[in-house]
Amino acid sequence: MNEMNNKGAKSFLIEKLFIGMSIRKYIKTLITPINIAAGVLILITIIFILIRYIKGIGSLGEASNDTPWGSLIGFNVLSVEALAAGGYTICTAVYVFRMKRFYPFVRAAILSAFIGYFTVVVALLIDLGRPWRLPYPVFYSFGVTSVMFLVGWLVCLYLLTQFLEFSPAILEWLNMKRLRNWVEKFAIGLTILGIVLAVLHQSALGGLFLIAPDKLHPLWYSPFLPVFFFISSIASGISMVILMSGLSIRFFKDKLDHHFKANLRELTISLGKAASVVLFTYFGLKIMGIAHGHNWNLLNTPYGYWFLVEIFVFVLFPCFLFLLGVRKKSVSLIRFTSIITIIGIIINRINVTIITFNWKLNERSYPNWKELLISFTIIVAAVLAFRWIVNRMPVLREHPDYKYID
Amino acid sequence: MKIDRRNFLKSLSAIGASGIIGSSEKIFASEDFRGYPDRLGMLTDLTLCVGCRYCEKACKEAHGLPPHKRPLEDESVFEEIRRPDDEFLTVVNRFTDTDNSEGPVYRKVQCNHCDEPSCVSACLVGALKKTQEGAVIYNEDVCIGCRYCMVACPFYIPAYEFNDPLSPAVKKCDFCYDRIKDGGIPACAEICPVEAITFGKKSQLIKLARERIRKSPEKYIDHIYGEHEVGGTSWMYISGVPFEQLGFDINLERKPYPELTIEFLSAVPLAMIIGPALLAGIRAFTKNREQNSETNAEKSEQKES
Repeated sequence: MNEMNNKGAKSFLIEKLFIGMSIRKYIKTLITPINIAAGVLILITIIFILIRYIKGIGSLGEASNDTPWGSLIGFNVLSVEALAAGGYTICTAVYVFRMKRFYPFVRAAILSAFIGYFTVVVALLIDLGRPWRLPYPVFYSFGVTSVMFLVGWLVCLYLLTQFLEFSPAILEWLNMKRLRNWVEKFAIGLTILGIVLAVLHQSALGGLFLIAPDKLHPLWYSPFLPVFFFISSIASGISMVILMSGLSIRFFKDKLDHHFKANLRELTISLGKAASVVLFTYFGLKIMGIAHGHNWNLLNTPYGYWFLVEIFVFVLFPCFLFLLGVRKKSVSLIRFTSIITIIGIIINRINVTIITFNWKLNERSYPNWKELLISFTIIVAAVLAFRWIVNRMPVLREHPDYKYID
Repeated sequence: MKIDRRNFLKSLSAIGASGIIGSSEKIFASEDFRGYPDRLGMLTDLTLCVGCRYCEKACKEAHGLPPHKRPLEDESVFEEIRRPDDEFLTVVNRFTDTDNSEGPVYRKVQCNHCDEPSCVSACLVGALKKTQEGAVIYNEDVCIGCRYCMVACPFYIPAYEFNDPLSPAVKKCDFCYDRIKDGGIPACAEICPVEAITFGKKSQLIKLARERIRKSPEKYIDHIYGEHEVGGTSWMYISGVPFEQLGFDINLERKPYPELTIEFLSAVPLAMIIGPALLAGIRAFTKNREQNSETNAEKSEQKES
């Protein structure tokens, strides 16, 4: 009996973790140039992270009294959360507006949101002064007048809902049919809760800066910051789905099914159209922001030029490129444009948190390569995690044994 | 306690914003709070300060911070404009390029102890607190080190111990809270040899400042910095030269900064309740329409056959 169990466990390991290969063979497949490069990168980064825990966050060199938040917050928290918006955007389209044709994207989008938010927690564990107190605002000490308190709660709850929303894929992978069907009963409720949490969360990230009207450059500060962040997160989420589906068809050829492949072209074009509309709305909002603050005169300053680059090159230009792509039915143009949009959103978040923040201070520290390296490696690790999961679980394809709800 | 509808709704929304966690403290919106009437304050008369920096030294001693590395007489320190940091909770800067023809003007910088502080409202664990005496104090025991207080402060005051791995803390002037709560005087005010810093009740300090300005209008700018800035601060200044020449931000809003976020936070519980209902409603609507069109299609198919 025991022997059988052992055998069962072993075959389970081989079947599930090593995708049906023997351990030796599996390790062999792991040795690729990209994997080795990623491994080395991760090892080096771990050394810097260890130094940070021994010497304090000052050893990373970027955050200082002049720049309280460095790239670990500006990029790994604020930007990544915007990039993780694909989850709620696609869920809204499929489950609320019932655009069922986007269903093939749902699980990948949810997975990207979950992994994205998970890396946010990782970044916080590196960046917070006392990371072991991360649960304090949720369980122990409450500062209810703080937007950051809201952000903390929303990240915590959203991470949980994203995990539950994704759990059917895990349970299908593990053949836990009954539990999977039980969890699936809550799917719609969870999805709707997730959407509300995500929308609030995206706006709250902009809301963080409402309290610092004199410290953020007037071209970026606006009482409408929560709306700016929310609307731009939709554009970013759609762009991420366009990009991810494009990359998946290239790199996960054997992991996706005909549902995913069949309509990819039409779906990408529809998403491009949607992204164009959202970007146009966002552009309009940004212009309204200048008008509302009477900041036209500031456009003719160095910060003003940088602002114009942001809203023309990275908002209006991709808006028209998307439109062009839709007109010409060019999927590759739409995918290319999604990259510009994503870069634009990252630039915006970094502008707000780092570049134009504390603009009145003369001497400011420059980005430090160590912190940038950690920021980058976290993203690499996230991509590896995404790949690991997609290679095993039914994310880009439907599991043949299960009926998919609508 | 009298609870009117307005307050009730406000506390309700604040509790909602907290994610229904059952904090036992009463929560009220900042705009209801007009400040403790007898709160204390400081008045710095910048026409009197001679830049001796004894206040820096006294402050360091009172807070157990490492002493100055260079002697106080060494004036090279004035070559750059400094900000308080984790070793200097207060600093004195020298400004030579001002309207004052008789020589440089010195300005002491430290936490201004806002009447309604941004940092207090920004702290997600409630580590910062405005006391009844007027001091804004910090509780290291709950701080997680997110540094949002540093982002929020309009005066760039809170500093962080970036190089402490185990117990990094926010460092800022605490108004010598341990002294004043027992009736003592803050170290800097006590040591100032020229009485440039006056400690007392805020209401009386405003009267004193007005009196000085009235008696010698040729000597002072007619403005008490901190009387109205960001809704008022405990620490106030009067000066002989325009404040902007001394590095003061004169464009600060006059309303308390926590008010800038209260509207957004109040909308959250509303969104938490309306959001799901709205989304479920839209879903039901689209589903219904779908079914209708399906049954219609079936009917027409039947007719055709």
